[in-house]
Amino acid sequence: METPLTQNVHPVAAPPDRGAYERAGGYQALRKALREMTPESVVEEVKGANLRGRGGAGFPTGLKWSLVPKDAPHPRYVVCNADEMEPGTFKDRVIMEGDPHELVEGVILCGYATGADAAYIFLRGEYKLAAQRVAQAIAEAYEGHYLGRNILGSGYGLDLYLHTSAGRYMCGEETGMLNALEGKRANPRAKPPYPPVVGLFGKPTTINNVETLSNVPHIVNHGAEWFRKLSRSKDGGTKIYGVSGKVKRPGWWELPMGTTVREILEEHAGGMREGLRFRGLLPGGASTDFLTEQHLDVPMDFTEVQKAGSRMGTGTMIVMDDRTCPVGMVWNLTHFFAQESCGWCTPCWSGLAWAERILKAMEEGKGQPGDLERLEFQTKFWAPGQTFCALAPGAAEPLQSALKYFRDDFERHIRDHGCPWADGGAG
Amino acid sequence: MATVYVDNRPYTMDDRQNLLYGCLSLKMNLPYFCWHPALGSVGACRQCAVKQYKDENDQGGKIVMACMTPAAEGTRISIEDPEAVAFRRAVIEGLMLNHPHDCPVCDEGGECHLQDMTVMTGHDYRRYRFEKRTFRNQYLGPLLNHEMNRCIQCYRCVRYYREYCGGGDLHAFSINHTVYFGRDKDGVLENEFAGNLAEVCPTGVFTDRTAKQHYTRKWDLQMAPSLCVHCGVGCGTTVAERYGSVRRIVNRYNSEVNGYFLCDRGRYGYEFADSERRIREARGNIELLKAARGGSAIGIGSPRASLESNFALRRLVGPERFYAGMAPREARLLALILEILRGPARTPSLREIEESDAVLMLGEDLTNSAPRMALSVRQSVRQKTLAGAERLRIPRWMDHAVREFAQSDHGPLFIASAGATRLDDIATRTFRGAPRDLARLGFAVAHVLDARAPAPHEIPDGASEIAGALKEAARPVVIAGATLGSSSILRAAANIAWARPGTGLAFVVPEANSMGLALMGAPALGAAMQADGDTLIVLENDLYRRAPAEEVDRFLARFRHIVALDSLGNATTQKAELVLPAATFAEGSGTFISSEGRAQRAFRVLAPPAPIQDSWRWLANWGGLDEGIAEIAAALPQLAAITRAAPGEEFRIAGQKIPREPHRYSGRTAMLAQISVHEPKPPADPDAPLSFSMEGSPDPPPAAVTPFFWTPGWNSYQAVNKFQEEIAGPLRGGVPGVRLFEPVEGAREFFAEIPQPFEPREGEWLVVPIPHIFGSEELSRESPAIAELAPPAYVAVNRAAADQFGPEAEMLGRRVPVRVASELPDGVAAIPAGIPPFEGLELPLRTPIRRAS
Amino acid sequence: MLSEEERREIEAEFPHYPTRQAVCIDAMKIVQKHRGWVSDEALKDISELLGMPLAELDGVATFYNLIFRQPVGRHVIYVCDSVSCWIMHSDRQFRHLRERLGTAPGETTADGRFTLLPIVCLGACDRAPVMMVDDDLHGLLEPGKIDGILEKYR
Ligand SMILES: Cc1cc2nc3c(=O)[nH]c(=O)nc-3n(C[C@H](O)[C@H](O)[C@H](O)COP(=O)(O)O)c2cc1C
Ligand code: SF4
Ligand code: FES
Repeated sequence: METPLTQNVHPVAAPPDRGAYERAGGYQALRKALREMTPESVVEEVKGANLRGRGGAGFPTGLKWSLVPKDAPHPRYVVCNADEMEPGTFKDRVIMEGDPHELVEGVILCGYATGADAAYIFLRGEYKLAAQRVAQAIAEAYEGHYLGRNILGSGYGLDLYLHTSAGRYMCGEETGMLNALEGKRANPRAKPPYPPVVGLFGKPTTINNVETLSNVPHIVNHGAEWFRKLSRSKDGGTKIYGVSGKVKRPGWWELPMGTTVREILEEHAGGMREGLRFRGLLPGGASTDFLTEQHLDVPMDFTEVQKAGSRMGTGTMIVMDDRTCPVGMVWNLTHFFAQESCGWCTPCWSGLAWAERILKAMEEGKGQPGDLERLEFQTKFWAPGQTFCALAPGAAEPLQSALKYFRDDFERHIRDHGCPWADGGAG
Repeated sequence: MATVYVDNRPYTMDDRQNLLYGCLSLKMNLPYFCWHPALGSVGACRQCAVKQYKDENDQGGKIVMACMTPAAEGTRISIEDPEAVAFRRAVIEGLMLNHPHDCPVCDEGGECHLQDMTVMTGHDYRRYRFEKRTFRNQYLGPLLNHEMNRCIQCYRCVRYYREYCGGGDLHAFSINHTVYFGRDKDGVLENEFAGNLAEVCPTGVFTDRTAKQHYTRKWDLQMAPSLCVHCGVGCGTTVAERYGSVRRIVNRYNSEVNGYFLCDRGRYGYEFADSERRIREARGNIELLKAARGGSAIGIGSPRASLESNFALRRLVGPERFYAGMAPREARLLALILEILRGPARTPSLREIEESDAVLMLGEDLTNSAPRMALSVRQSVRQKTLAGAERLRIPRWMDHAVREFAQSDHGPLFIASAGATRLDDIATRTFRGAPRDLARLGFAVAHVLDARAPAPHEIPDGASEIAGALKEAARPVVIAGATLGSSSILRAAANIAWARPGTGLAFVVPEANSMGLALMGAPALGAAMQADGDTLIVLENDLYRRAPAEEVDRFLARFRHIVALDSLGNATTQKAELVLPAATFAEGSGTFISSEGRAQRAFRVLAPPAPIQDSWRWLANWGGLDEGIAEIAAALPQLAAITRAAPGEEFRIAGQKIPREPHRYSGRTAMLAQISVHEPKPPADPDAPLSFSMEGSPDPPPAAVTPFFWTPGWNSYQAVNKFQEEIAGPLRGGVPGVRLFEPVEGAREFFAEIPQPFEPREGEWLVVPIPHIFGSEELSRESPAIAELAPPAYVAVNRAAADQFGPEAEMLGRRVPVRVASELPDGVAAIPAGIPPFEGLELPLRTPIRRAS
Repeated sequence: MLSEEERREIEAEFPHYPTRQAVCIDAMKIVQKHRGWVSDEALKDISELLGMPLAELDGVATFYNLIFRQPVGRHVIYVCDSVSCWIMHSDRQFRHLRERLGTAPGETTADGRFTLLPIVCLGACDRAPVMMVDDDLHGLLEPGKIDGILEKYR
């Protein structure tokens, strides 16, 4: 099985430095692009590869790159979304700690393809080791003339800066991230205008996730067709999947896109721990709908998981066993979203605060008749388009699906005035 | 224009606008919070949700925010769709989670946009059973109260304060449902337009602190359309009264002038009307006034009195014995302004200044000399980026999108002034200099624009840049004024406007009726001081603010009898043998002419207790205001148009007068019950088509005589939406007021009197005035809240000079504290205008200043 | 007053961004690195250096949870309270820490050694439950292990 994305990642050893990365074939893609390809042909290659954004929404990457108007003004920017604050998600960390040059090369290729003058890697503040390693890789890339003016004598130049964030999930939302980079409160921005037209500092900007960009060198090296064939589905490439929760071997694995939930869960994560049964999982982070037993054979890709009523999201699953309280779990999630709401739009800041209190009350035995209907209404209230950004719609997903699949548990909490599990349900 | 279907009926909407704008312009009821007609759309509150359908076959539709959706041709929406209705109800329920149940004790109650929208959406029962979040309030200074628990997180306050006004000290803090709007610490809000927060905030977080001290519900207030009397801009105000005292002032919308906002001097200056220094009784023998008729008296008018009062005095003493009551230099400057305005340049309205795409300010610190105009200039610099955004198909009303596109980029604004100004933060470039150097810069700009305009010997640095920007602009404006006392500045400004045809030329004049008085063409105080007479009649004018005390003393001593009419006691009334109590803006009616040359009528809000009355009533025996207006129009052709400033007294709607009191006005029968249980007949008003009662026509009156904005369901100020032809457009029934100047065709010969450069002289200083929004104006400084913000006397010099002086300096026989104003040129000192002890000095002047011994 | 070093580090960020304001988060983090937190006085100094209104800077500071506007202990313990760790009994670890340190979340120990804070998912869910002490991540927590970890931070 090919694992191009993580081929250099070693569980304990330090990541390859520039020399090691080059010896493993690194920066060949950049050389190739600068020497043999026009920016347009890089975009075409990425389009042909069916690379879809790994940040969670699965937007086709090549298409995104082509949205920067040809005559767009300069400076133009690339922003790499390395915020990775989605609870349950730890895949970008793997790349940044394990093979930072791969990401740097991806950023430069994106910059070349979109005509960017400067790029930022927006890294969440808590990723200290990643910060150190990415900063080191950037410095080495400058030394190797992969960054700066006139890269490898091509005439193209790009500056790359690492920005470490000061917290807040909202920074991962791409327009909130632009405000954060401008030194402002990370409220989201209205779309349209989209970042490729009006982005960072008011200039055309391309925003991509770490994993997305890290795929690009391989696409340029081996071609779109090769990349598509890595996948078992229509969405090209491999995917870093992850599993957390009470499974035998929590962890991450680079697997062909479209690997089934069951295979990831049972073969790679080793199945549930002794004595526990599987009840459900969030397939790709906190803001995705629960999948249950009946969905185990769903291939993990953007299209199929959506058909099953959820989203692949970040592809890092959170597994709920039969001794974990679904109400407690959803309370924990809703607490997160309520706390992280930026406070801009009413359905989100007020609705989440209310929903969080209802769930807390249920866990504490103070649930009331009508609470479920209220919660159900809230999830509809947060539908995409009705809130300003996708945070609240994301919050709706685990809650609405829990109300659907685990309704008995909710009703029991109200009926019995409390949580049937000891220890707040984290059993 | 676009055809938009709302609940299956076709309507015409402005396709450059959004659906909320369109619906409200059509007088539909669609609730909103974060949107504000002057602030545009940001889509935060989600209150204005409607259903949008792809086409007529689309049964499902989707919820969109009306304020964020363009009113494009063929758009189909529903306001009444049950899901949209439910969504809006849920939003208001969400906004109300933490809102206290304190309407009965809240100052906003009864005119609260949140109340109105809550009723409109049908939310009436709180289902939220958990604890509400609570906040600590802040002390924000003497103008505003702060009650954060009432906040609904609509972000209007910071958008207004930070983005619209450029204020730095109010912001949003924290996150999620606990966002806090305030200062980083307790303290006085710094921005000069903070007071508008009381109207911008849709609920009771920011409320009028002065009004609280004599609080009355809106529905219990008697109100009248009036004008601000505290500078020459002529903003519309609504004055409110109960029990004979003025309770507050709110903005009176005028699309061409002040729009939605007043400055804080205008909003809070009113309390002088109830000052302890009010003159409430006549003192002396009234026969003196009668004797004045027939040639032995001279009259001194006033730039803060109405045209009618000035004219009545002129009529009493005879035109050749009437003097304008302005200091000679000021009168000369005003005459020059009039001369210039009779030329080819147009005086722009405030709206036109706001829409200007290049502004040059010559010699004015506008925020302090014509505050509301400064707020318009602040908007003007957005024109460039608004146009740029439009090219990327970002509509103007998408406020944050435009600002994100613009970043810190803005259009050309050049400021040439003696010292720092409050608009420097958005200036393309600033120039500092003594008045004559500023004038020289102006002459140079004119010369670059048109070589026929005379040039100074050397072209100062920056002149070409300014000229280039004015030339490129589509709607350039030059703003100059009388503040620095320099006729050269005015001439230079005129040359620029003439050298670049199409340039708007705005002049800052000192007082509410400076323009009107100047138009009467009477000689100034200097000439009066040469004139002879037996009796001197001074109209609403403290001569000690116009000339040095010794000169005034000498002048007054020459008369056998002195008569003074005024509202507040002052040094002049103290010297008078007969003092007559004059009405303030609250009790008087009359016509004022603004710096734009707009004649506007102010109406009294209450009939004052005798003997207080309009000065013109003391002086002329007109049956009513209209008679005086007619006489003025007949006698002074240049003022003939003032008859059209507002409908006359005989105007009626379906035979009825316009009520000054809302129809819910309560307690009328009990108001005077301690005196008599028989309710007295309301006073008659022979001067206006307005009644002192709640009876009268319920229909909307013409704009110029609209006492307040109210329609069913819209109790807050936002009701003004229902009175406009379209949102943020002209009021129905015409823009209040009438413009007296329009540009005259044909070129004018350029002014050629270019002054020599300023040369500092050893030991001697050129002292220029620094106007202060709080403190420089005579009447507002008597209002306690304004007085609290007024500076004491000082002399400002640049750092080098200040080091030389130390903490105190001696000038003109006094000791004054020294302030550092680092931008002042060498050899130039500044003192605060109109602030004792130097209030009567004619500035600028040259004088020695020494370190105090 | 910003120290020489703080100022130098902040100014070194200037060329990375086209505006001064964009440096503000870096600037606050630099000051915090040196002093543990951002005091009112430091905030004012930063606002002056960046030409940004103080209230706006404070509005930014209070938006982000990793900027401390109050003093903290010598070491900050961040315990993940998000979903994967919760499933893996993070609340037991939390309880243990509270008892060991004698502080509630958000508080600092009497000796000024530790400040205990909850934090959102630290992106190490495969090693849940996790906590971070200063810059170091510690996974697969259990009470005994926590005691050993605390020993390393004086
Ligand atoms: C609240 C919220 C948080 C998000 N957080 C992240 C994140 O941490 N990392 C990320 O890559 N994308 C995140 N996203 C998605 C981004 O907005 C955006 O879609 C993504 O960075 C685009 O990159 P891609 O096309 O490469 O996936 C978040 C979205 C929302 C609404
Ligand atoms: S959904 Fe609304 S309040 Fe929530 S994070 Fe997005 S914009 Fe902010
Ligand atoms: S008024 Fe439209 S979202 Fe607030």
